[in-house]
Amino acid sequence: MRLALQIIGVIAAVLLTGAMLGTAGWTHPPVDTQQVGFRGTGMETVRNPRTQAALLAANVAPDPQDPAPPGGDPATATYQNVQVLKDLSTDQFNRLMASITEWVSPEQGCAYCHNVENMADDSVYAKNVARKMIQMVRHINGGWKNHVGETGVTCYTCHRGQPVPANVWHINPGPPHAVGFAARDNGQNHPSKVAGLSSLPYDPFASLLGDKEVDNNAIRVAATTALPTSKGKPIQEAERTYSLMIHMSEALGVNCTYCHNTRAVSQWSQSTPQRTTAWHGIRLVRDVNGNYIDPITSILPEARLGPEGDAPKVDCTTCHQGLTKPLNGAKMLTTYPELAGDPAPAPAAKP
Amino acid sequence: MAYYQNIFTQVQVHPRVPEHGVTIAEDKRVGTPGFSYLAGLVGNAQVGPIYLGTLGTLSLVSGLIAFEIIGLNMWASVNWDPIQFLRQLPWLALEPPRPEYGLMILPPLAEGGWWLLAGFFLTASILLWWLRLYRRARALGMGTHVPWAFASAIWLYLVLGFIRPILMGSWSEAVPFGIFPHLDWTAAFSLRYGNLFYNPFHMLSIVFLYGSTLLFAMHGGTILAVSRYGGEREIEQIVDRGTATERAALFWRWTMGFNATMESVHRWAWWFAVLTTLTGGIGILLTGTVVDNWYLWAVKHGVAPSYPQVFGPVVDPLSIPGGAR
Repeated sequence: MRLALQIIGVIAAVLLTGAMLGTAGWTHPPVDTQQVGFRGTGMETVRNPRTQAALLAANVAPDPQDPAPPGGDPATATYQNVQVLKDLSTDQFNRLMASITEWVSPEQGCAYCHNVENMADDSVYAKNVARKMIQMVRHINGGWKNHVGETGVTCYTCHRGQPVPANVWHINPGPPHAVGFAARDNGQNHPSKVAGLSSLPYDPFASLLGDKEVDNNAIRVAATTALPTSKGKPIQEAERTYSLMIHMSEALGVNCTYCHNTRAVSQWSQSTPQRTTAWHGIRLVRDVNGNYIDPITSILPEARLGPEGDAPKVDCTTCHQGLTKPLNGAKMLTTYPELAGDPAPAPAAKP
Repeated sequence: MAYYQNIFTQVQVHPRVPEHGVTIAEDKRVGTPGFSYLAGLVGNAQVGPIYLGTLGTLSLVSGLIAFEIIGLNMWASVNWDPIQFLRQLPWLALEPPRPEYGLMILPPLAEGGWWLLAGFFLTASILLWWLRLYRRARALGMGTHVPWAFASAIWLYLVLGFIRPILMGSWSEAVPFGIFPHLDWTAAFSLRYGNLFYNPFHMLSIVFLYGSTLLFAMHGGTILAVSRYGGEREIEQIVDRGTATERAALFWRWTMGFNATMESVHRWAWWFAVLTTLTGGIGILLTGTVVDNWYLWAVKHGVAPSYPQVFGPVVDPLSIPGGAR
C-alpha cells in the first residue's frame, strides 16, 4: 500500500510537471533585461534574444522599386478615372501600382483589383477598397505624424504580401452561450485571445478601437483624486482597459513598463515618452477604423465580413506584429514619396 | 518506541476500539467510526463519527445550492458543452450584476440575479457553519478561538461581496465567482483604485500573511525537531516543561536571543492569522468609499517617494489645447 501510493505520487507529479511544461509561454534563460527608468522603479524591458531574432527576421521590409524619374506626363493625362493619385506623374503612378501588386496581391496580380480588359473600370470591389486604402495611407502619413513620424506607413506595413492583413479583428460576439435565464458572461470569462489568454474581456476593441465617437477618457479608469469626489468608473471598465492594454503589450512585444511606471500607471508625469506615441496611435486606429474601414463594409463580399457583418478592422498588431516599430522601423516612406502627404485631408478625428 | 522523526507522520495509531471521546450531554454523532491508512498518512487514522446536526445539514445544503448555481451557470456559459466546460473551467465565472442595476435586490436572473442567489446561499452556508463551529466548541467545553478566527476570514469575505458593494451603492463592485476571473478582478480593482500596494491596511495584511507563514515554519520546524524528546506533547510541556521545551527554547535564545514559550507561540500564530484578514478587510472597506486613489493618497501623506524624472517632461496629451489630435 505504502509503496503503491509512493509510485502513484511520483507518476502523478511527473505527468503534471510534463503537462505544465507543455502549456504556452515557456522559455529558457537567458533573457535580456534592460533598465529603462530610474533605478529601483522596476522599469525594465525584458526580451528573449532567441524569439527576438526570429521576430526581426520575420519583419523585414522589401527592397523598394527603382525610383520614378522626375518629370513626365501627369497620370491623369495618361489614365482615365484617376480619382486619388492625381498629383502623381505617370511614372510615379506606374511604380506605385507595381509596388502595390508586390505588397498586396503578389500571387493574384493586377487582376485582383482591375478588370484587365479595362483598367479604368471600377467593377471589381477590391479596386474601390484599394482606392479608399490609398487615401487612408496618405491621410496617416500626412495627418498622424505624432504616431508614425517620418517613418510613415505603406501598404506593406499591414499587408505583408496578403490581400487581407494577417492581423485584423471583427466584432466578437463571444463563444456560443446558453440562452434563456442562464447568466450572461458580461463579455468576459473565457480564454481571451486578444488579452493574452486571460479571462479579461474578449472584445475590448469594438468600443475602444472601433468606435470613433468614443469618449476620449473611455480608457482612463483610475481615480484622479486621492479621495472620492464623484461616482467613479466601474471595475468592469477597468477590466476592459486592462484587456486592451494586454493587447497593446503583446502587439508591441513589450511589458507594461515600456510606457508606464506601474506604481502609478495613470500618472503621465511618471510615464515614458512612448506612452504619448501610443496615445496618438489609439486615436489613429479609431480614425482608420471609423473613417476608412467602416465605410467600405457595404462593398466587401460577405466572406470578408465578421460574424456580426462588420469589416475586418485594425488594431495595434495589424502594423506592429510584435515589434515596437513596425518592420523594425524601416523607413519605407522615404523611398515612396508617392504615398506621402495628404493632398485632400479627410475630416479630422474627434478632438 | 516509535517516535515522530521527520516532516512526515511516521506513527499511525489503529486501536482495537475506535475512540469516542468525552461524553457530552447531547450526542448526535452519526456514522460508524473506522480507520484509514490514507487519513493516517496526514493526520489521525480514525475517521468518524461525525456530528452533522441541524446547522451542519443546513450549511451543507446551502453550500451545495450555491455550488450548483455557480457550476451550472458556468456550464451554460459554454453552451452545455462538457468538454469545453472542463477545458475552460478555470476561466469561467458567474458575474455580479452590471452597474446599471445598482443595489436591486433581485435583477433578472441572466443579468446578475443568479450571482445574488449564489451569494445568498454561500453566505448562509458560511454563517451556519460558523454557528456550528461555535456551538460544537461550546459543547465540548472548549474556548471559541477557532470560530473567532474563522469569523475574521468571514469578515473579509463579507466586506468584498456584501458590505463594500452596499456602501458603494452597486453590486457590480463585488467579486465574480470564478478562478481566474476573481484574480483578474483583483488586478483591475487595484488599477481602478490607484495601486492597492499603497493602502496601509493592505500593507498590514501582507505583513501578517507573510508573518503567519514565517511563524508557521518556525513553530512547525521547532516542534518536529524536538519531537524525539516528546516535544509534540506541547500542551503538557506548557505546564510541565521537559527537555524538549528546554532545547527548543535554548535553540532560539542561542540563535536570536529571545524565544517564545510553548504557550505564547500559539497566541502569536493565532493573532497573525486573524489579523491578516481583519486588516485586509479594513483595507478593502476603505477603498472607493473613503479613498479613491491609494497612490495619490500616499503622495499626499508622504508615503510614496518621488523619483528623479529620467525622461523629458511627459504630459497628458488631452491637457494640451488641440493635443487630442
